Amino acid sequence: MSAIFDEKIRKVAAEPALQRKVYAATGRLMDHRRQAVTEAALPDYQELRARAHELKKHTLEHLDHYLEQFAASVERNGGQVIFCETGDEVADFLTGLSERRGARLLVKSKSMTSEEIDLNERLERRQLEAVETDLGEFIVQMTGERPYHIVAPAMHLSRHDVADLFTAKLGVPREEVIEAQTMIARRVLREKFLQADIGISGANFLVADSGAVVLVENEGNARLTTSAPPVHVAVAGIEKLIPRAQDLAVFLKLLGRSATGQALTSYTSILSGPRREGELDGPEEFYVVLLDGGRSKLLADAEKRQSLYCIRCGACLNHCPVYRKIGGHSFPWVYSGPIGAILTPQFQGPLHEPGLPFASSLCGACAEVCPVKIDIPKILLELRAEVKEAETRAGANRLERLAFQMWAWAMTHPAVYELGGVLAAAALAGQEEYVRELPGLVNAGPAKAWASQRDVPAPAAQSFRDWWRQRRGGRA
Amino acid sequence: MSRERVLGNVRRALGRAPGQAVAPLPEPRLRIAPTPLGERLRVMRTAIERLGGKFYEAASPQDACRYVAERLAGAEAVASNAPLLAECGITALPNVRAGWTDPADLREACARAPFGITCADFALADTGTVVLLTSREEFRLPSLLPPCHLAVIPRERILSGLDELLAREPLPVESRSAMVLITGPSRTGDIEQILVRGVHGPGEIHLIVV
Repeated sequence: MSAIFDEKIRKVAAEPALQRKVYAATGRLMDHRRQAVTEAALPDYQELRARAHELKKHTLEHLDHYLEQFAASVERNGGQVIFCETGDEVADFLTGLSERRGARLLVKSKSMTSEEIDLNERLERRQLEAVETDLGEFIVQMTGERPYHIVAPAMHLSRHDVADLFTAKLGVPREEVIEAQTMIARRVLREKFLQADIGISGANFLVADSGAVVLVENEGNARLTTSAPPVHVAVAGIEKLIPRAQDLAVFLKLLGRSATGQALTSYTSILSGPRREGELDGPEEFYVVLLDGGRSKLLADAEKRQSLYCIRCGACLNHCPVYRKIGGHSFPWVYSGPIGAILTPQFQGPLHEPGLPFASSLCGACAEVCPVKIDIPKILLELRAEVKEAETRAGANRLERLAFQMWAWAMTHPAVYELGGVLAAAALAGQEEYVRELPGLVNAGPAKAWASQRDVPAPAAQSFRDWWRQRRGGRA
Repeated sequence: MSRERVLGNVRRALGRAPGQAVAPLPEPRLRIAPTPLGERLRVMRTAIERLGGKFYEAASPQDACRYVAERLAGAEAVASNAPLLAECGITALPNVRAGWTDPADLREACARAPFGITCADFALADTGTVVLLTSREEFRLPSLLPPCHLAVIPRERILSGLDELLAREPLPVESRSAMVLITGPSRTGDIEQILVRGVHGPGEIHLIVV
């Protein structure tokens, strides 16, 4: 584990109020999901999960085909598709577009893909103002933080924090009532929506047969972002493709329920581009920016490819005992929780945060609630192996390797193993029930660290091997 | 060209050649249980009311108009160009504007009006959803900018649910730029998970069945 990761976790451990807040909030989301997927509420839940998994698998196995079909559909509808390998290319495209349109103000609805490439910072450096419009995102943009949770970005803040923030950043009189705070945000952002030159959204799904961007939300900010400004740009990863609009019957039933327990969220927008003949509103120009950003690298691994099935519902975060304890900001990249623990090493390399795949109890709750059945624990194990291999290549883990080589040797030599057992029993003799601390000389370095977190049952008076020999002797 | 580079990256990763055939997909999974109209109306009412929306079954087009007039109480409203609204007499109510032809005019009116009145193309009973399809009659902003949205729908347009909608509209945005599913009022829980309605979209929604 890196010192930074360790430090962040210690910081959260020292804040019981924050821990209680995250524990309660994720607990409520767990309850909502549980009630939404009961046998009575959604009898074909398991069948839908299986179908969603199958559809994502098929789409990614033939992704080049569906990307081409999607691009052709968008162009047929009068929009344009821009393929980008990197975040730089996305920023270059948006800068060029803003120059051509004479744009200064951009409104944004939630897009994790844009968080991945630090799009807001890149745009600011080019003198463009990009305003987040989801209430939670609006708040964390003002605090300069990353979203704390994939569906509840400001989960870690209280109404008092928001009151401080609004007074400081928006210059409004102090307001502690949540309803009134929400109305302040409505007023401030409504102005922005009506003035904005360009609206930038993410995409929950990209539909190949329709050339459509699908957006799922509760506030209406995504509708405003994509309908009020004269230009709509959707920025999304290439893995968001699904083959057909009719497949939404599977995905939409799972997404809202898994995220917040809603059968459908307040708004689901299926958007295919610029306003058509006779339509009086909606954007004049429509662009879909498709980001590779390392995704094609993940595709190459047939097993770990399933990490890209994720539909960003956040259920694995809510159900993860580690996320619930250490919170969203302890994680080293934009994606937190179990899904973050498998995406981050694959996007950023295994040594970006070597402790990450190990920060799991492998309890399997994440895989159990995943609406697209990603086998997160299995991928975590593979990534642990990759971290160790990478560390070994980098010259680390010599002591650990030596220890395991000795262990392997002892395990394959019965006499040595038995001698070890006798010695250990002698060294630990007199300890009652549990060994809480290793004796004398052995209690140092990595062994001490290991034992500090664990209690080992004290050795039995008689070893199994002894007992077995006696038992055989007795019978003979 | 970035397009060729990205597609090249994807093909290399998958070991596929350009234009290589695609394995067949299973048929779309749409399950539609035939439900009588009375049952659909009952389910729709329960669902939309649970979300905090209002449901009104009008006895006649005139009754629908009366319900709308009572809600407006003389306040300004933007009505869409849908013929049904005119047939009910809603567009003839005082302070209700309709017959839009100019985009800037429509936008300005929607930004100011406390009420937006639309004709819903469909509704989904099981989730309490109102479906908007954009056209030369229906626009995006009247159901979005005003704080209160009144949607009028002919009763036979109430479908059982999402599967039936997608069976009827397999390519929902082929001839129009948007299909929007509106399920209850605009809401947020982003501050301390306290539910607040009407954050960006309308905090109030009424479905009026004729």
